[in-house]
Amino acid sequence: MYYFKRILALVPLLLVISLLAFVLVRVAPGGPFDKERAPASPEVERALKAKYRLDQPLWKQYVLYLGDLARGDLGPSMKYRHHSVGDIIKQALPATLMLGCLSFGFALGVGIPLGFATAARKGQWVDYGGSLLALVGICVPAFVIGPLLVMSFAIKLKWFPVALWGSPLNAVLPTLALGLFYSGRIARLMREGMLGVLGEPYIMTARAKGLTERVVLFKHALRPAILPVISYAGPMLADLLTGSFVIENLFQIPGIGVFMVTSSQNKDYPMVVGLVLLYALLLLVLNLAVDFLYSRLDPQVKYE
Amino acid sequence: MNHALALDADARSQSPGQLAWLRFCKNRLALVSGWTLLALVLLILIGPALIAYEPNALSENQFAAPSAAHWLGTDDHGRDLLVRVLYGARISLLVGLVGAGVSLIIGVLWGAVAGYAGGRVDNAMMRTVDVLYSLPSIVFVIVLITTLEALFKNWLAGMGSTALASASRLLLLFVGLGAVSWLTMARIVRGQVLSLRKKAFIEAGHALGISNTRILLRHILPNVTGVVIVYLALTIPSIILYESFLSYLGLGIQPPQASLGSLIAAGAGQINPIRIYWWMIVFPAGFLGLTLLALNFFGDGLRDALDPKSE
Amino acid sequence: MRLNFTRSTASLLAGLALVLTGCGAREEPADIVIVNGAEPESLDPQIVSGQPEIRVVGALFEGLTRFNATTGDPEPALASHWELSNDGRVYTFHLRTNLTWSTGTAITARDFVWSWRRVLTPATASDYVGIMFYLKNAESYFLGQLKDPDAIGVQALDDRTLRVELESPTAFFLSLCAFPTLAVVPPDVIDAHGDLWVRTQPLKTSGAYTLDFWRINDRIRLRRNPHYWDDANTQNQIVDLLPITSATTALNLYLNGQADVVWDKSLVPVHLTDVLRLRPDFHTFDYLGAYFVRFNVTKKPFDDPRVRKAFALSIDRHRIVERITRGGEKAAETLVPLSTANYLPADGLRHDPSEARRLLASAGFPGGQGFPTVNYLLNAGTSASVDEKIAVELQAMWRDVLGVEVSLRPMEWKTYLATLTALDYELARSSWIADYNDPNTFLDIFLSNNGNNRTGWKDQRYDDLIRQANATVDLRKRAEIFREAETYLLRDAAPIGPIYSYAGFNYFDPEKIAGIHANPIDQHPINAIKRLRR
Repeated sequence: MYYFKRILALVPLLLVISLLAFVLVRVAPGGPFDKERAPASPEVERALKAKYRLDQPLWKQYVLYLGDLARGDLGPSMKYRHHSVGDIIKQALPATLMLGCLSFGFALGVGIPLGFATAARKGQWVDYGGSLLALVGICVPAFVIGPLLVMSFAIKLKWFPVALWGSPLNAVLPTLALGLFYSGRIARLMREGMLGVLGEPYIMTARAKGLTERVVLFKHALRPAILPVISYAGPMLADLLTGSFVIENLFQIPGIGVFMVTSSQNKDYPMVVGLVLLYALLLLVLNLAVDFLYSRLDPQVKYE
Repeated sequence: MNHALALDADARSQSPGQLAWLRFCKNRLALVSGWTLLALVLLILIGPALIAYEPNALSENQFAAPSAAHWLGTDDHGRDLLVRVLYGARISLLVGLVGAGVSLIIGVLWGAVAGYAGGRVDNAMMRTVDVLYSLPSIVFVIVLITTLEALFKNWLAGMGSTALASASRLLLLFVGLGAVSWLTMARIVRGQVLSLRKKAFIEAGHALGISNTRILLRHILPNVTGVVIVYLALTIPSIILYESFLSYLGLGIQPPQASLGSLIAAGAGQINPIRIYWWMIVFPAGFLGLTLLALNFFGDGLRDALDPKSE
Repeated sequence: MRLNFTRSTASLLAGLALVLTGCGAREEPADIVIVNGAEPESLDPQIVSGQPEIRVVGALFEGLTRFNATTGDPEPALASHWELSNDGRVYTFHLRTNLTWSTGTAITARDFVWSWRRVLTPATASDYVGIMFYLKNAESYFLGQLKDPDAIGVQALDDRTLRVELESPTAFFLSLCAFPTLAVVPPDVIDAHGDLWVRTQPLKTSGAYTLDFWRINDRIRLRRNPHYWDDANTQNQIVDLLPITSATTALNLYLNGQADVVWDKSLVPVHLTDVLRLRPDFHTFDYLGAYFVRFNVTKKPFDDPRVRKAFALSIDRHRIVERITRGGEKAAETLVPLSTANYLPADGLRHDPSEARRLLASAGFPGGQGFPTVNYLLNAGTSASVDEKIAVELQAMWRDVLGVEVSLRPMEWKTYLATLTALDYELARSSWIADYNDPNTFLDIFLSNNGNNRTGWKDQRYDDLIRQANATVDLRKRAEIFREAETYLLRDAAPIGPIYSYAGFNYFDPEKIAGIHANPIDQHPINAIKRLRR
């Protein structure tokens, strides 16, 4: 029942978000048709505004937009005049989803074991070495790690292409560049989760009962320890599935991450609102999934 | 079997603060990190006064490698890199601390109250976080900074101060960064509190008639310090780097001022297979890395010391 | 549990990799891969305005003339020849025989009339409609003062003859004819599909190529058009154009052999221009663009020409081109680049610190005393780094020479434009790229009523001089009047301070690629590019 209500609540939430984004992007200075070359006459701008309904009162623009939205139309892009927002998203989303899933897998695949190991061997060299590794991943930004990876593995060693998209080899370096950062954060959160659990009385009871350390760690500690990671994984996956501007720009990946930034810069109103809706939908659904997982992993969690 | 409450009882002989201090001092790595942090802060505060160069003084000596005259070399305008790194670190650490502060105060309280109250309150508070999280942060910050800048300008003009006007951009930057920095913290804390609030010792607290506020502050929050400290230590680098992204968009630090983030971004921009002025990337990134490492290990020590569950 | 987890992660990754391979169905490799700069906003020749767009569109749609691949001068294209009346106002163009669209149907003079009228319809919202105003009655038709389209100075005398009447003699009209705005577009397709006509397949084109596909942010693929009148001289079959804005990525792709040609100025890493320009595969040439500072003459203290001149006189242009841009840019005291055709250099303000100080003192600010803190507006983001570096240099120059404090205000691009247009600045970074090879393309922006003026400076004498020059048929005399106007602009009024004229930059290996020639308008027709070897 609780989850059913949450799903129903998605609709008003998305409406609120779309309204806020709709207004916000129009409040920001500069418009979609401002160019370095001034328009030949106010006529041109007036014609464009009329065409994209920008000459109407704001509330009416929004109502009309909702009407289109109800029919599954996200509107035309004001920057790329021959494409609709739906077109662009449909075309660009697959690459971003692919990269996002790969990076998510990488981040969890590396981060969780690393965090687990550093916590299990707390205060020993595995802990210090592992934590150092995780922190380096966190501190070195993608715009540094990306070019370094390209230089060493693509240009010097020639193992991978330097950029572009299309074959599995193309995906390796961007996945690494994007995943390293997140795996570091996952490792830190996992370590923290483990340490929190290992101090719990029932772990001491389990140890006192003479269970092997292996059984204690894997059977009893892992499940509750993963909770902070799960909290973080929701928004993280939403971020990853909507792409990274830095990585897509550097590796020239035809995804939507670039549009997430450039649409705001270009004041491409329908594009901004369309992308925000996509992102919000992902985020809300994933957070719902996180809450669901939470109550499954920890029976003490109740929402009502 | 209730450790948090047991600790309360123990406190007659030694206060929790003293205990935590003792535990902290036993952790060698954390101590070293603490001293390192202190040394770095002193260096940032005093260092620039001891260097003969001005951070914004141009010279003919462009792209000079590190030497006795310029310890960390010079940049594309012939400016001394050492003094720029130190000034940049001032700004970046300030930005990081402000972001962390907002994240700590708003984020932790928001998350704790939502998780503890549960039900409708939780739902309303967390959906607010979701809404804010979904809005495009660039547009959000652009609108925030441009609208507030106009307000600020009038306000400062009314006060007749020009010196403050230059600081206004920095203040706006803090507002912008603060506004987006606390959301994930709230989510994480709320998650932890959700699982804590049904634990035996909290139920016991209710049975004893302890007020909600007291339970939240004295018994729930101490049990989430670990996650809070760890996530705080993760927030600081994100904010420092997010600032460099804002600067790239023209919303952050105004040139010729620099931050560590913008110095690193400038250095990273020239990583290429033909020629790298390595000092322009290695030193700013190294400085940031060292600071963050020390901060994280210091945080780990603090976490262990403050953990009510550790013996 | 951990083992299980690792295994499931591994199988997940393997599965994704499989899907990925499946998606990468092999496409034919292109003959030539070109890194073209920003993603085109449009491929409609009458709408486009950016350099990267114009380069692609030029391969798809052609007009009466086209740019010569070597010199960049106009040469016969869809028109094989033409006559000019004695008063210099009426052109009669003769189309080639057997001209066809890429679909095989005929291109007629009426298609031209239809296309040009389309540009002059406000609903088309063509950025470059201004260059049509040299046509008789074009401007008044565009502004709605004249309703009859037949009154516009373009008429089809028969299927192959086009009569074009101008407002006044226009020296560069044949260059304008090579511009995409004046190209011929397919009336039936546009009528049927409206805005989406550019994405119909197969696209009906008039140029050397057809559009194979346009995947936004991925690539544009051009395929040779066998119906093109000059198809015999098209040197390649398939050309891919990559929309890339990161200079590092462009350089990496080139060095790794994934791209053959990189030809946008912004795609050269600015840190490397000094070493790259020494390599045999990097080519630099004079390019008709100007970099300058705008002064807002409506705001104190820049309402005083002495202050503006003091600021202009303090700029050490040589330091900027030798130490900052380093790509072969030429320090310029004039707005119009020296290599512009029909141009006599004006007498601008040279770097002169003592004169600058004297002027500032006479304006009431000796040694910068009492001078308010003013803002220098610049654009951040995208290729901001050069602009920011120049801003830092200018700030130091003004501080050192004049003793004034200038604070730098970087703004994100659209905000920058809005601020510039609203005259909400004191000093601003500015640049202008020539639309055609003539001084007028630079000088007419400072006419009182020009929307690109953006300085608040309005001057009757300047307006009169520019109009007078444009009405003069004799090229030498015309150039002299332009010189007088520009000298007046720079020396007496100084609403702007020129810094340098641009250098064009492209890179390709001359042992592998031929047919790209340096020319001042940076036009390199794609059909002339030839691969010599892999």
